[in-house]
Amino acid sequence: MSGHSTYVPQSAIGRWFESRLPILGLMHGSFVSYPTPRNLNYMWTFGAMLSFMLVAQIVTGIALAMHYTPHVDFAFASVEHIMRDVNWGWFMRYAHANGASMFFIAVYMHMFRGLYYGSYKAPREVLWILGVIIFLLMMATAFMGYVLPWGQMSFWGATVITNLFSAIPLVGEAITTWLWGGFSVDNPTLNRFFSLHYLLPFMLVGIVILHVWALHVAGQNNPAGVEVKNVQRDTVPFTPYATAKDGFALVVFLIFFAWFIFYVPNYLGHADNYIDANPLVTPAHIVPEWYFLPFYAILRAIPSKLGGVIAMFGSIAVLAFLPWLDTSKVKSASFRPVYKVFFWVFVLVAIGLGYLGAMPAEGGYVIAARILTAYYFGFFLLIMPLLGMFETPKAVPATIADAVLAKHGNVVMNPAE
Amino acid sequence: MKTFKSIFTAALIVGAAAMATAPANAAGEVENPSRQSWSFAGPFGKFDRAQLQRGFQVYREVCAACHTLNRVAFRNLSERGGPEFSDSQIKALAAEYRIKDFDDKGEPIEREGRAADRFPRQFVNADAAAAVHGVAPPDLSVIAKARGYSRGFPLFILDALPGMAYQEHGVDYLAALLMGYTNPDDLNWNRYFPGHAIKMAKPLSADQVAYTDGTPTTEAQYAKDVSAFLFWAAEPKMEERKRTGLNVMLFLLVFAGLMYFTKKKIWADVH
Ligand code: HEC
Ligand code: HEM
Repeated sequence: MSGHSTYVPQSAIGRWFESRLPILGLMHGSFVSYPTPRNLNYMWTFGAMLSFMLVAQIVTGIALAMHYTPHVDFAFASVEHIMRDVNWGWFMRYAHANGASMFFIAVYMHMFRGLYYGSYKAPREVLWILGVIIFLLMMATAFMGYVLPWGQMSFWGATVITNLFSAIPLVGEAITTWLWGGFSVDNPTLNRFFSLHYLLPFMLVGIVILHVWALHVAGQNNPAGVEVKNVQRDTVPFTPYATAKDGFALVVFLIFFAWFIFYVPNYLGHADNYIDANPLVTPAHIVPEWYFLPFYAILRAIPSKLGGVIAMFGSIAVLAFLPWLDTSKVKSASFRPVYKVFFWVFVLVAIGLGYLGAMPAEGGYVIAARILTAYYFGFFLLIMPLLGMFETPKAVPATIADAVLAKHGNVVMNPAE
Repeated sequence: MKTFKSIFTAALIVGAAAMATAPANAAGEVENPSRQSWSFAGPFGKFDRAQLQRGFQVYREVCAACHTLNRVAFRNLSERGGPEFSDSQIKALAAEYRIKDFDDKGEPIEREGRAADRFPRQFVNADAAAAVHGVAPPDLSVIAKARGYSRGFPLFILDALPGMAYQEHGVDYLAALLMGYTNPDDLNWNRYFPGHAIKMAKPLSADQVAYTDGTPTTEAQYAKDVSAFLFWAAEPKMEERKRTGLNVMLFLLVFAGLMYFTKKKIWADVH
């Protein structure tokens, strides 16, 4: 699949270098000649946005770190200093804060895409599991980043989440103390969170490289869910086709992103985080950032603390087992009429859990959260395995070219091959 | 089409489930502040300089007795996008304050304020302030962003949308709070403060601050002016931000158009 080794640089210097380190050929094989299925829709452009956001977060983050002070007495003030006195500081901060949200919007689209089109199925299991690891690392990074401005939500969010570890039997308390570097969330905690918040994005870069490598070995899935059979009939080269399409989608995504940065920069944040952290005053409602809300709802839906923690981590861990939980022979939901309905219910359940995560954990909200949590796990652990056995899929096109033919009435041969 | 049908079916199922478990909403404890019309709202919003100057006057003559404004320096008051006092006005203003400092022998001294100084604190720390006022009066530098309320589902979604964007929850709360002392028998009862019992007794009353530009000297006018000033104090780069945003948006829209046609042309020969 990976179209490498045929590449010959045009300049003499290029050829000299290529015979010593074939990095140009690697780039060419990965981003120019790499064959992409010709029937990809716009749901396949979120990978490009994720790559962009990762770089954007690193760039704005490094600029912020030049002016930020990781100390309980100065952190809040240094963030205000960035907002007021540093040239373009307000832009860097709002871009970084909203950038985290954009990153999660893109990753959720990307993951739902995979769930709908069965992208986790063979031969993409490793690719998918790398994706789940990326998602976990993103969550860890975002959580620690939110602690850094040292506002009320930073402090209390950190307290609630680190306290979860104390639910572990026997060693829980010791682990929590070790994480804090003391007997409560305090200066040592802030310092280590800053250190890790700087480190994890670079680990993400490493995993993303593996993720893209695995992608280029297995090849992309596509809306028809059938594998490439004939490179000439079924694919187009990455450049210019995917490059132009990803480029257009990325600019549209940037418009969306810019709207948040410039016009509603605090919409996704919480007012309490503009209050200096105060260990003596607990906010009325402690709520995490929006992208954690569904998992927070699952945590609080379970009556026991340990049970809640297990359910919360389990709700993410279960994703890694999808390739084996889904027993269907057909990948794409386009040809699975029953799965499709369960899928969209799942999307709404996830949104519903997000809403409940922001509500107080009392009365009807808790009951609703329990029902939705049951569906969340039921979808993966019961519906997916059983549906594959009982559902009758519709006729699947033999090749990608046939799928395009059915849709557009004609297929032109790959012009570049 | 098929997809829409499945989404619709899914929505029906979840909708029915939601109905069945609809949580009994806790009756609203505090009512939401009413919405003011601010000159700085919306994508093209700008501060009203005269209003910011009046608001500063109210802060200085009333609120400053108890509240600090630690993150604002005198020089900020003359910067573009704010009250835009002249440099000489700021110099004169700063000179009215005594600033604690050290001389070149390390001896503590008090000197005249300069434009680069920040408003001096009234108390050494929060405990000293609390000892006098019962509760430490919060610093007002970011208070307009540190307060807010949710309009609840589904209105909170509209608050983010172009054309309807509503980002002034905090400053609306401030104005409402200052006008919310509606119980003439109890100056510590506030309609909008959570729990209603507030340690700050009614700070404003009519004709308390002498405006020089003919603006009515009512309690409501003071409340709005000082709230607008505090919004600026919390977001001093708002005008720069919105101005930059407009340029960025225009650029991106044109760029998106060009990318769209490029993509269309490239893909034209594929299907
Ligand atoms: C006599 C001292 C005093 C004066 C003058 C004063 N305040 Fe306060 N203010 C307080 C105290 C004390 C609190 C804390 C109240 C509490 O938490 O119960 C407070 C609280 C506040 C709050 C926070 C309310 C909340 O939601 O927690 C705001 C906003 C505020 N004041 C604004 C102002 C403004 C604007 C002025 C000038 C018009 C002003 N204050 C004048 C003493 C004062
Ligand atoms: C930092 C975050 C991530 C980055 C930068 C990233 C990047 C990419 C890129 C560039 C592609 C190829 C383009 C595309 O198909 O959209 C891709 C494909 C893929 N990603 Fe990710 N990804 C990230 C996170 C995730 C996560 C969290 C998952 C799932 C748990 C995931 C699962 C997949 C799968 C299954 C594919 C192959 C898709 C297919 O062809 O159907 N990715 N990724």
